[in-house]
Order: sequence, then C-alpha cells, then structure tokens
Amino acid sequence: MRNYILRRLLLMVPVLFGITVIVFLVIWLIPGDPAKAILGTFATPENVAKLNHDLGLDRPLPVQYLIWLGNVLRGDFGRSYILHRPVIDEVLDRLFPTLLLAGTALILSSAFGVLLGIIAAIRQNGWQDKLITIAVLIGISTPSFWLGILLIFWFAVRLAWFPVGGMQALFGGGDLVDVIHHLALPAITLAAVAGAVLVRLTRGNMLEALRQDYVRTARAKGLSEGRVIYVHAFRNALVNIVPIIGLEAGFVLGGAVYIETVFQWPGIGRMLVSAISTRDILLVQGGVLIVATCYVFINLLTDIVQCILDPRIGQA
Amino acid sequence: MNVAIEKATPAPEPADTRAGRPSAWKLLTRNGVTSVGLALLAIIVVIVLLAPVLPLANPDAADAVHRLQPPFSSGHIFGTDQVGRDILSRLIWGTGVSLAVGVVAAAAAAAIGSAIGLCAAFYGRYVDMVLMRGVDMLMAFPYLLLALAIVAALGPGLLNAMFAIIVVNIPFFARAVRGATLSVVRADFIAAARLSGLSDLRIIASELFPNILPTIVITASTTVGWMILETAGLSFLGLGAQPPQADLGGMLGDGRNLIEVAPHVATIPGIVILLVAIGINLVGDGLRDVLDPKLKSGGLARAHAKTAVAPPDQRLGRLSSAPLDPHSLLSVRGLETHFTIGREIHRAVGGVSFAVKPGEAIGLVGESGSGKTVTALSILGLVATPPGKIVGGAILYRGDDIADTSLAHLQEIRGNRIAYVFQDPLTTLNPLITVGEQVAETIRRHRGLKRAEAWREAVRLLEAVHIPDAAARARSYPHELSGGQRQRVGIAMAVANGPELIVADEPTTALDVTTQAQVLKLLNELRHERGAALVFISHDVGVIAELCDVVHVMYGGRIVESGPVGVVFNSPQHPYTQRLLACVPELGRPERLIQPIPGIPPAANALPPGCAFAPRCQLAEARCRSGAIELSRIGPDHWARCVRAAAGNA
Amino acid sequence: MSSTLLSTSEVVRVYGRRLSLLGQGGKPVRAVDGVSIGVARGRTLGIVGESGSGKTTLARMMVGLLPPTAGSIEIDGRSVPELALSDRKTLHRMVQMVFQDPVSSLNPRKTVRSILEAPLKALLGMGPEQRNQRIAELLSLVSLRAEFADRYPHEFSGGQAQRIGIARALAAEPELIVLDEPVSSLDVSVQAQVLLLLSDLQRRLNLTYVFISHDLAVVETISDEVAVMHLGKVVERGLRAQIFAKPQHDYTRLLLSSIPAVRRRAQ
Repeated sequence: MRNYILRRLLLMVPVLFGITVIVFLVIWLIPGDPAKAILGTFATPENVAKLNHDLGLDRPLPVQYLIWLGNVLRGDFGRSYILHRPVIDEVLDRLFPTLLLAGTALILSSAFGVLLGIIAAIRQNGWQDKLITIAVLIGISTPSFWLGILLIFWFAVRLAWFPVGGMQALFGGGDLVDVIHHLALPAITLAAVAGAVLVRLTRGNMLEALRQDYVRTARAKGLSEGRVIYVHAFRNALVNIVPIIGLEAGFVLGGAVYIETVFQWPGIGRMLVSAISTRDILLVQGGVLIVATCYVFINLLTDIVQCILDPRIGQA
Repeated sequence: MNVAIEKATPAPEPADTRAGRPSAWKLLTRNGVTSVGLALLAIIVVIVLLAPVLPLANPDAADAVHRLQPPFSSGHIFGTDQVGRDILSRLIWGTGVSLAVGVVAAAAAAAIGSAIGLCAAFYGRYVDMVLMRGVDMLMAFPYLLLALAIVAALGPGLLNAMFAIIVVNIPFFARAVRGATLSVVRADFIAAARLSGLSDLRIIASELFPNILPTIVITASTTVGWMILETAGLSFLGLGAQPPQADLGGMLGDGRNLIEVAPHVATIPGIVILLVAIGINLVGDGLRDVLDPKLKSGGLARAHAKTAVAPPDQRLGRLSSAPLDPHSLLSVRGLETHFTIGREIHRAVGGVSFAVKPGEAIGLVGESGSGKTVTALSILGLVATPPGKIVGGAILYRGDDIADTSLAHLQEIRGNRIAYVFQDPLTTLNPLITVGEQVAETIRRHRGLKRAEAWREAVRLLEAVHIPDAAARARSYPHELSGGQRQRVGIAMAVANGPELIVADEPTTALDVTTQAQVLKLLNELRHERGAALVFISHDVGVIAELCDVVHVMYGGRIVESGPVGVVFNSPQHPYTQRLLACVPELGRPERLIQPIPGIPPAANALPPGCAFAPRCQLAEARCRSGAIELSRIGPDHWARCVRAAAGNA
Repeated sequence: MSSTLLSTSEVVRVYGRRLSLLGQGGKPVRAVDGVSIGVARGRTLGIVGESGSGKTTLARMMVGLLPPTAGSIEIDGRSVPELALSDRKTLHRMVQMVFQDPVSSLNPRKTVRSILEAPLKALLGMGPEQRNQRIAELLSLVSLRAEFADRYPHEFSGGQAQRIGIARALAAEPELIVLDEPVSSLDVSVQAQVLLLLSDLQRRLNLTYVFISHDLAVVETISDEVAVMHLGKVVERGLRAQIFAKPQHDYTRLLLSSIPAVRRRAQ
C-alpha cells in the first residue's frame, strides 16, 4: 500500500502541472489584447505596454508560461488592478470561509446521503424507499441558488430564525456560535443538493453489493442479516461510495459559488463572480488555481481511503 | 446396448419466439413514472414551441407603471417584474432559451466527449494515454470552477456560458464512452468482424458505435438536466444570458433581491426550472432502465434473507407417494420452486423428491436449466426472492419441515448442521475480508468461540484443507489465492462446524481438471472423516460417478431417473439418461460414436405437458405428451419417470 | 497428401510490457514460449491445456489477430504476421476462427444476415443476389433454417449461436479454421451436436482444423494429432493414439489421471 500511495503522490505532479497549464491558457482565451481586458476600457497605452511586459505577454507562449509558473511557485499571482492588492492575499483571506462552508456541506451531505441511501436500499420498494426516492428526485432537480433564496425567504425573512447572509454579525459577532448560526442555512442548502446525488448512488451500490454471490455465501453460513448487510455488503458498497464523495467535494466547491453569492458569504466563490464581472482576470486565475489545488488533495485523500478499504487496489 | 447410429439430424427448431420482445418505446411508456416525466416535458415543449402564436405580451416590453404586479393581477397571470414586464411571457420565452441551450450543450458535449472516448479506447496505447490524461486534467477542476474560468476569459454571455458548460461536461462522456468501448472492443465479435475483412472505420461504425450508443444516451440523459441547471446558474450569477434576453436563471437572478417585496418574481421561474429538471430526470431514469441490460431483467431487486414460501395449506402438488424413510437425514418431498419474471412463471423445480441418509453421498446431475441448482438452494431457503418462491412440497430435516420455519431457526441450521460449497470461489468469497476471518466468523456464529480462539480454529481448518503455511495464508484476501486454494477455503468454511450435510453446487466447475481432481479428493476425504452426508450438484456425469453413491438425473425441473450410481450409469432406463450418456465423449474410447440429442432443452416457462423430454425423444408416443408421468420403480432402488419403463419394456 | 498447411516455429508472445506515464509496467509474462507445431491439410490438430497455458494466445496469433513477439507462423508458405499487416483479405480467406463464447462472438445489434454478409462482401466481393443464395447455403450447411437469417443473436440458444459462428467462419471459404474452445460453454447434449457437425463439415469441405480445448475427452474424439500445452510451452505432441495410450510427459499423465471416469470399473 505504501507503494500505491507513493505512486499516487507522483501522479499528482502531472495533474498539478496540467491544472497550471489550463489556468494559464485562460488568459490566452481572452479575445483581443489580454492586457487591455485586464486593465479595463480606460487603460492608458503606457499601462497596457507595462502590463504586457510584466506578464511577459510580448514573448512566445511557452516562455510566457514558464515565467508565469515561476511566479506562481513563488506565491506571486500578480496584483488585482481593481482591489489594489496582491491576488494571493485576497485569495488566502477568502479561502477559509469557502473551505468552512464546503467542508461542512460535504460532511452533512455524506453523512445523511449514505445513511438515507442505506435505508432506501434495505427497505427497497417500501414506503421509506419511496419517500426517499421522491425527495432525491426533487433534490437533484432543484437549483441550489433557488433553494437558497427560498430558505432565506422563510427562515431568515419570515421566521427570522437565521441571519439573511454573511459569515458573522456586523457588531460583536465572530464567535463560534455566531459563525454556526450564519453557517447553518448556506451549509444546509449546499448539502441538500449534493446529498441527493449521494443517496441515489449509495442506494444503487448497496443493492448491487447485496446481489453479489458472497452475500449468499454469508447467508449460507447462518450469519445474521445485520452482519450480512453491514459487514459484508456495506463494506463493499463503501469502496464505490468513497470516490463518489471525492466527486462531491468538487461539486460543493463549485456549488459554493452560488451559495456564497446568495448568502453573501465572504468566500472565494463570491470573489470570483465579482472578479469576472469586473474582468479582474488575474484574481480569477489565482482563485481557481488555489481551489483546484485543494480539490486535487481531497481526491488524493479519497484515493488513499479507498486503498485502505480495498486490498485489491494497492496491489494492482 | 448402443442405440442405432445416426447422422447429425438437423435439430427441430423451437416454435417461433419472436413475438415477446416489446419495443424500447413501449417499455419506456409502460413505466408509469416515466410517462409522467414524458408528459411533463411534452407539455412544456409544446407551450414553448407555441410561444410565437400564443397571445402573449412582448417579453421585453417594460411598463414602469405596472411594475411588480402580484400574480393573478389583470392581464398578468403571473404578475410583472421590477420593470413591469409580463412574467408569464418572459417565462415561456425564457424556458425555450434554457431548453435550447441545455439540449445543444448536451449534444455538443456528447459528440465531442464520445469521439474522444471512442478513439482512446479503440486505438489504445499512446492515443489513449494522451487523450485520457487531457480529460483527467479537466476532471481535476471542481466542475463549476472551470466553467467560471472560461467565462471569465471569454466574457459573460449566453453563448460563452454554453461553451463553458460544454467543455466541463466533455470528460463525463469521454470516460463513460471509453469504458463502454473498452468492454465492447474486447468482445469476440470485434475480432470476428476483423476476420470478416472489415476495415477499422467499418468496425467503428457498424460494430462498435451501435453498441455504445445506449451508454451515450444514458450519459446524455443524466447530464442534460445538470447542464440546464448549470447554465441557469451562470445566468443567475449574471454571467450567462444578458439583458434584455431572458432565460430562467436570469429571471431568478432578477428576483433575488426582490424576495422580500415580491417573492413571486424569483419563485415562479424556480418552479419552472424544477419542473423541467424533474421531467428530464424522470425520463432519464426510464431510459436507463430500458437501455441498461443489467437493470432490464429487474435484477436489481434485493433478495430477502430467506426464500418466500407458500403457507403449507396453499402449497401445490401432492407429496410424493413414496414412503418416508425414517432413517433419512434430509428428505425433500414434492419440492416446487417457481420464478415470476414479468408476467411469466418459470417452473424451475416442478416436484422433486429425494432423501439423504446420514453419511450418504447423492448426486444431482443435469444440463443447464434442469433445476438442479435451484433444488439445492431451496433446501435452506437461499433462492433469491424476488423472483423465486417455494410454492409446493416440503423439506424435512430430521422430520421437521424447514421450508417454512422461522428465519432465526433457519440461520441456526445454515452453516452449522447443513453447509454449502458454491461454484465460483472468486465471487462467492467476500473480496474485502481475509479468508481466515471468513472462516472464523462462521465458527464464532455457531460455536460462540472468542475471537482469538475462533481464529486459531480457522487456521487449523485451513491446515486441514492443505493450504500451505495456513497461519500466514489466513491473513490473505481471496484475490491473493489461486482458484484451487480459494475453493479449499470454501470447503474449510463448509466443514467448520462439523455439519451433518454438505450441499456442494458445482464446486469444481470453475477449476482446471488437475485442480478439480485434488479438490474432489479433499472434499471426499473430509466428508468421510467427519461423517457428513453430501448432496453434490454437477453437470459432469464423470464427477458424479466418481463421488456419489446415489444419482438423481434431472431434466426440465424434475428427476427423471434415480438409483445407485453403478446401476443408473451402467444400465440407464430413461431415454434421456441413455442419450445423455451417449453424448459424453469418453476418454480412451475415441472410436465410440458420439450421438447428440437433437433439439434443445425446454425453457422453464414453456414446459411441455407430460414428459419434458418427449419433444426430443425418438421413442415418444402419444401418451408421453398428455398427462403427468410418475416416477416408477423399475428395480431395487431404481426409479424412472417414463411410460415405457413403467410398462417394463424400456 | 499430408502437406503442412500451417506451421509455427519457436513462436513467443510476451504480455505485460505495459507503458505507463511513470514507467511502472507489470512484470512481463511469456504467455506463449517457443511453440513449434504444424498441421497437415485436411487433418485436425488438437491443442489441449489448462487455463494459463497460452492456448488462446496461440490461437489468436495463428489467425493474425495478435502479432507474435518472436518466431514465425506460416500458412501455405506465407507469413501470417506479415499478411496480417499487408494483406488481411488474403489471410482471412485462408484462415478463420470460431470463438469460445457463442454469444459474445455475435454482434447483438446485427441480424444473422448482416453478420454472414460481411465476409461475403468484404472478402469475396459478392453481389447482393449471390450473397443471398450463399447465406441460404451456409445456414443449411450448419443445419439452421433459412428464415433465421433475419433474426438477432439474442433469439438463439447457445448451440444455435455457435452454429452461426461456424457459418460465419465458413463464409470466407477458408482452408483452415482455428476453433478456440468451441464447445466448452455448451451443454453436453448440444456439445455433441456441434462436434458432430464439425466433423461432418470437415469431411464434406476438406477443412483443416486447429481444435483448442481444455477437455481431453473432446480433443481425443476429434483430433488426428494432439499437442499438450503447459505454461506457454508444448510439453508433448504426437499422434492421438500415442498421446492417450502412452503419454511420455509427467504433465500429460497428470492430466489424464485427473479425468473422472463415467463407468466405474468396479461395478
């Protein structure tokens, strides 16, 4: 297994490399003069020329990339011309709120998703299964941003149980209870939609595992149904569920963009949306690169967990 | 005793069976839930298509006087938005935009992604590596973030948003199609097409593509819903459709800040997105059920812990007239097990009776579909329900009917008094649990030993089945053992609690002949050592002859002949047994002509009345095809289910 | 009369030199390790071996579906691997193959007619009328009714599907057919039908067979010569009577002694 983890770590190098290439190429996708686009309509020709030189945009593409990569590796993502501060500072300020929101949502959705999925599978075609199936259908069909608006309308505006938005109260906020109070609605919104997908896939994988020959063997040994379901079937289903949780991480990190916008959450997602509308390309690059890197590490983690669960993977 | 030598007679073909295959469309609409989805989508699409001719207000005409009118106000059923535009009109036009974008994006992503997946799998090696690494890079981004980065570069706008959504969805198609293609490329019919002289291009077009099309359709049906949601999302963020053009996401975005004063502006387009997505997902699920062969047979149904059994007073058939042997350990009497698949009833076992004395080895032999495995599984209620059900007969273990005993009682017997050895040891052992633990858990269950003690006992058992270095091997997982060793583990599990009866279902069919010989020898030794009786199921007449005392020959779900092995195999009386033995090539007698049985065995859902073998039997007469034929005694302990045997002229 | 049609000389096939981004290939496996055998025109060479003996790999190399790593394979004096690269049509008019799994060897989405048409069109260049006539002939050769031509593979039983596979191989009018475990997935009674059909066809069409199987009794019934394979090598070869009556190699003896006998001598 140690070999597998080592190999998996080595494989991250080309993936991270590929991510930087794609993020870099985003600039190259900009129609017309990127420097003009970055500096906006009122840029002076001198500023444009200076930025072109700073970014190395007057050189061949591979050279541009290497210069850019060198800067990125040193933590220099350039300056935001809108916010007048280094991109890296802005991104790091906003990384924690995003990870807090996405992480909470991921934990909520995984816990409830797997639990409901198992219930649906072992009560297949019973009323619990039907109820869960209907809830899942609505869950995967609901736009998360709309759900967020509805929750704000009912629970923040009408009932005033939760704040309308933000991460902490403007005055005297910031303690744990306050943050959790602010976190509740956005995290539930994000988790609801992500969890629905997981319920469905957990149910399918459980049913698949329960159909296998080794389940019949376990029953033929006289084992109790509890042991058959949770020791024999669930462990096998989990091997397929763990990578799905990895995909869910990507889903909540991306979905955070909507939720942060709806709930005024001070994270990277909301930053990206406003950066895009102000054409602050360097800020977008920095934000996307950092979040994508986090995601790569989450995937590494799920791969390792999967390897621990399934002895066949480490030896392949 | 050789039957007249005959030429290869053309097989009489079974009756035309073509009628029973419903079209995909019929299957799709047969499912009620899917029909709801289809109807929902159809209504939405029709309304959208009729938009130009419906009496709708201009969707972009602002009317500052009548802004934020509530629903059901005059002239505006759904009210107006913040600049006084008619919400109903904008909704219908907007739905059209969202649907069009979703469908176009799905089609484009499907086309590009499928092409990538197909090429990667078909050409393999470098092409595969380069293409799939590229796809991996795209997958390394959280789905929506990459789309945002692309929109950031290209600038906001509906077309750019659509382009971004297409790019981020390509990997899903590429991966799904690559997987599907790989499994098809390895199929023999691709090799056959090469041998038929077809070019690569022809093979891709006529052999590969039709077989991966279902995968593409399934992937598209699952992603088109997302794509519509995601495009709406980008518009909601102000990065998609630009004013005054309306799509559903944009309308929602407009209403977001009005949620306190005019909740309907955001609520109504949200409901429409929800309805569209529900419609698409319902139809997608239906499509998947129809196209995915795994789901087609309803095979995903979860089996209960115990086979369903009809209550004693409702069971079919009469119990066998043969007198009950008081010495028998297990006595199966008139067992009938049926499978209900769709509206068809498959009579897999149609009245089987046999008895096993302590220490005796009996064999059930027959071809596929003869009902031998279902008989074996019925003994301890291991036939999957649904679709299986024991509808007739009784299973007497030491005189008690265990067919309808409680699950708890059955679990006390399973693996303890009666144990099973199954066919394919790779799939019948749990891949994630060490073989030692799999043996130990059955010991703990029935003997109540502590963990460490049970483990030591498991190691002793693995030694007893001649697994080298058993103490270390106990910590191995099934995939780390060879096929023969895995089956030894299966046998160790079966004998772990000293059972009175071992039921072995084709335990050596997946093994090579040399391994088979060793495993059979082991099974036989252990059985004698521990004094267990054996019910051995096999299609291989030779194996049964080597191992068993008594044989029951099965055909069409019934026993057609039974008796001591030497008697039955040396002087078979039922025409099926005679013909079966004449089919088997015998080592050392190559000059002996093999005489095939014409035709094919009957299907369990279309058994002929009377003798199931009559349609293939050269000696069949009118009376063979009418009523039920009883097993009749034709010698000491020798029985045959044949009218000729009964009359004593076989 | 007994001129050699197909012969292999020191054929080797190595698997497992997989390429990977990080050069982490598996250990190479010599699936076929220096096999030299031949079959004479009109005769049947039986190749018998257990799983992992390399018999299927050898079969695929013989028909040009898989290039050998080393060694030569010749049919009628011409190199099979070279023909497979330069002139597949000529090669496949000389040698065809019947596969083990009759269901997976037929494209589920094509009718029997279009499966049988492919070689007639691509290899023999027949026109539509000629093709229809030939398809009827082929079906009757394998004892199937002519109206089966317009059905799909899933409508057939295993034995019928295997007959279609045989008809497809016959369509190219080859001299040699390599049969890779053609009866192992069939029930005994159906297996016997197919074996009898194969020997009948051999007589009528003067075919040459390479018959691959794990089942010694079946190989003994159908072969003139037999080669025993074990771990990629031919451990013993010779005339049928010789191999089965006086086996020389330990492995052959082990194989023979492992077969259960139907009739007990003791009775």
